[in-house]
Amino acid sequence: MNPKKDLIGIEGLTKEEINQYLDLADNFLEVLARPIPIVPSLRGKTILTLFFEASTRTQISFSIAAKRLSADVVSFSQTTSSVKKGESLLDTARNIEAMKVDGVVVRHSAPGAAQFLGQRIDAFVINAGDGTHEHPTQALLDIMTMRQHFGDLGRLKVLIIGDISHSRVARSNIYGLKTLGAHVAICAPPTLIPVEIKSFGVEVYYNLDEIIGDFDVVMALRIQLERQQSGLFPSVREYRTLYGLTADRVRKMKKKSIIMHPGPTNRGIEIDPEVADSAKSVILEQVKNGVALRMAVLFVHAGGKID
Amino acid sequence: MTKLLIKGARVIDPASNLDAKRDILIKDRKIARIEKSVGDRKARVLNARDLIVVPGLLDLHCHLRDPGRPDEETIETGSHAAVAGGFTSICCMPNTDPAIDNDGIVNYIYKEAARIGLCNVFPIGAITKNRDGRELTEFGELLKAGAKGFSDDGDTVADSNVLRHAMEYSRIFDVPIFEHPIDKNLAQDGLMNEGLVSTRLGLKGSPAIAEELIVARDLLLARFTGARLHLCHISTEGAVNLIREAKKKGVRVTCETCPHYFYFNDEALVSFDANYKVNPPIRSENDRQAIIEGLKDGTIDCIATDHAPHCQAEKELEFASAPYGMIGFETTMSLIIMELINKEKMGWLDVIKKMTVNPAKLIRTKAGSIGLGAVADVTMIAPDRKWRVAEDKIKSRSKNTPLLGRELKGRVKSVVLKGVVKYSLKD
Repeated sequence: MNPKKDLIGIEGLTKEEINQYLDLADNFLEVLARPIPIVPSLRGKTILTLFFEASTRTQISFSIAAKRLSADVVSFSQTTSSVKKGESLLDTARNIEAMKVDGVVVRHSAPGAAQFLGQRIDAFVINAGDGTHEHPTQALLDIMTMRQHFGDLGRLKVLIIGDISHSRVARSNIYGLKTLGAHVAICAPPTLIPVEIKSFGVEVYYNLDEIIGDFDVVMALRIQLERQQSGLFPSVREYRTLYGLTADRVRKMKKKSIIMHPGPTNRGIEIDPEVADSAKSVILEQVKNGVALRMAVLFVHAGGKID
Repeated sequence: MTKLLIKGARVIDPASNLDAKRDILIKDRKIARIEKSVGDRKARVLNARDLIVVPGLLDLHCHLRDPGRPDEETIETGSHAAVAGGFTSICCMPNTDPAIDNDGIVNYIYKEAARIGLCNVFPIGAITKNRDGRELTEFGELLKAGAKGFSDDGDTVADSNVLRHAMEYSRIFDVPIFEHPIDKNLAQDGLMNEGLVSTRLGLKGSPAIAEELIVARDLLLARFTGARLHLCHISTEGAVNLIREAKKKGVRVTCETCPHYFYFNDEALVSFDANYKVNPPIRSENDRQAIIEGLKDGTIDCIATDHAPHCQAEKELEFASAPYGMIGFETTMSLIIMELINKEKMGWLDVIKKMTVNPAKLIRTKAGSIGLGAVADVTMIAPDRKWRVAEDKIKSRSKNTPLLGRELKGRVKSVVLKGVVKYSLKD
C-alpha cells in the first residue's frame, strides 16, 4: 500500500485501503498479546500528539500505540478557549516544521483543521477528530470490532442513534461502512439529523422502538448537554425516553446483536449503566482494538516496513 | 488638454444599444465623436483593435475598509484595484470603523477619492447610527454630502419596524435602501451553504431560507411602504423567484448578484480554503444555475463585486475562525467573460448593462454611457487575454481570493476617467 501522506478522513478511502488498515491492525492485536508487546518498527521516529480539544482516551490510545511501535512520543494539549481562536494552529504548524517531527496526531474543534495542518507541514498528519467533520481512527476501530464479531460486513445492518449532526464519529462510520457494503441506518430527532444525509445512502428513522429489532449493530452516540441548551431537544429526560438504550429496549434487539459506543458514555442518558456493562456491550473491546488499529495507522503513514 | 482617439474598437454601449466597430474621439473630458472612422492628427491614439470598449464600469457594492482598517485596504489601494478591474465608479459600503453614518465621513471619502483621482467613489450611508439597527441616520444630511443610498450592509436590519421606518423616511428623497438579506437566527453563524457538502464536511450550514425569509419580508415591506428596495448579493434560487414575482406585481425592487455566486458552487469548499468563505455563502449548483437564469431574464439587475478585503493573518486560519469575504475588483471581468460570455449564456450588451446603465440609474448618476457629449469614462477590455492571478501583482492591499494561482481569460487593458488614461495594463 502506498498511502497518502495524511489520514484526514474515511471519505474517499477505497475498500482495499480500509481492509489493509484492518488486516494490519489484526496483526498488531497479536503483538499486543505477547509478553513483551513491543515491535521496533518506528524506532527513531518522533510522533507528536497535539490535542486542542479535551480528550483523555484518544490521546492515551495514540500514545500507547506509538510506544508499542518504539516511536518517541511527545504529547501536547491545550484547549483553544485560552488563546485567540486559530492563532495557535498556524503558529504550531510552523513550530512543528522547525522541530522536524515525523508525524502529528491532531485533534481540533474546527472542521478542516487536520487538513489545514497537513497542507502546511512535511510530517504526516493523522486526524484524531476535527470538529464535526471526521474521526477516521474511531471509525476504523469500530469497523474492526464489527468485523471480529460478524466477519463479512456486506450483510451487516448497523444502526447509529443520536446526534448525527454534530458527530464526526457518525460521519466517518457512515463513509467506511457504506464503502464496505454494510446497510446503515440512523435514528435521531430530526433536529439532530443534518440535511441531505440520505444522499449518503443511509436510512433515516425517528422512532427507535419500531426498528431496533432489525439491526446487528446498535451504536449510541454521546449526547451533549449544550445541544439541549441550544434548543435542539427539550430535555435530557425526554431524550432518554425516546432514544436512550434502556434495558427494556435492548430486550427487543436481535439475539446475536452487539451494542457499541465511541465513549465517553453518559450513563443513564444515551445508554443505561446495566446496558453498558451487559454481555451485548463491546465498548471495552472497542477501546482495546483502538490501540492496535492506531498502531496500524501510524505504521502505514510512517512508512514502516513489515519484516 | 490632450485629445484621445480610440481606434478600431468593438464598442458596446447599452445606453444607446450600440454594438459595432467604432472610433471614439475624446476631447475636453467628453466624448466628442463616435463614428465608423475618425481621424485626428493631434490626438493621442489608443489602438483598440481586438479590444472591447465599454462605458467605465460601476460597482454598486464594495468594501474599502477606510476609515478603520488601513492594513486591509484604503481608498487609495482600493481605487488602484478598482481601475485595474475596469471600474471608474465604485460604491463603498458603510461598515467601516467608524461607520459611514454622518456627513463628515462622507466628506472625508469624497475628499480622499478626489486626492487620489483614479475613480469616482460613491459612499453608501448607514441606515442606522453605528449600524446597530436602532436609530435612523440623518438621511438628508448624508445625501446632501453625496451618499447614494443607505445600507447596514454586513448586517440585515433585523427589526422590521426599524426597516419600515427607514423605508418610509427614504420616500422623502426617493433613495434606495440597500438590504443585506440574511436572517441571523436562521443562519446561526453558518460557515457555508447548508446542504450535502456542509453535511459531508461537518461545517455548520447557513440555509438558503435564511436569505429567502428576509427577501420575502423586505419585498412585503417595500410594497407596503412604496419605498425603493435594492437587495444585495442575491445567491439563492428561492430569492430570485421571489424577486421575479415581486417585480411582476410592481414592487419597486432591484437586486444584484456577485461573480462568486454564478462562477463557483459549494463543492469548492471541500478544499477548506477560507478564501471561499463569504456571506451569503457560495450556494449549490442548482442555485448557481438559477442565478444565471435570473441574470438572463433581467430579474437580477446588476453585477457587483462585493469586494471584501481581509488581511492574510485573518484568512489563514482554520475555516471556522476566518472572516467572511473575498476580494473581487480585479477578477470580476474575467469571471464574467469566462462564465457568461464565452459559454454564450449572455451577450456583451446584456452583461455590460448590469455594470453600467442599470446601477447608474439606481444611484442616479450620469455615468455609464459613452454617448456623444457624455463624460468620457471608458474601459477597454482584451477578452481573449490569458493571465494568472499572482499574489504580488494584485493591486488590492489584501490578497484573499481563491483564484490565486489560477489562469483566467479576459482582462482589462486600459481605463479612461474623464478623458484621462488612469490605468494601462503593462504588457
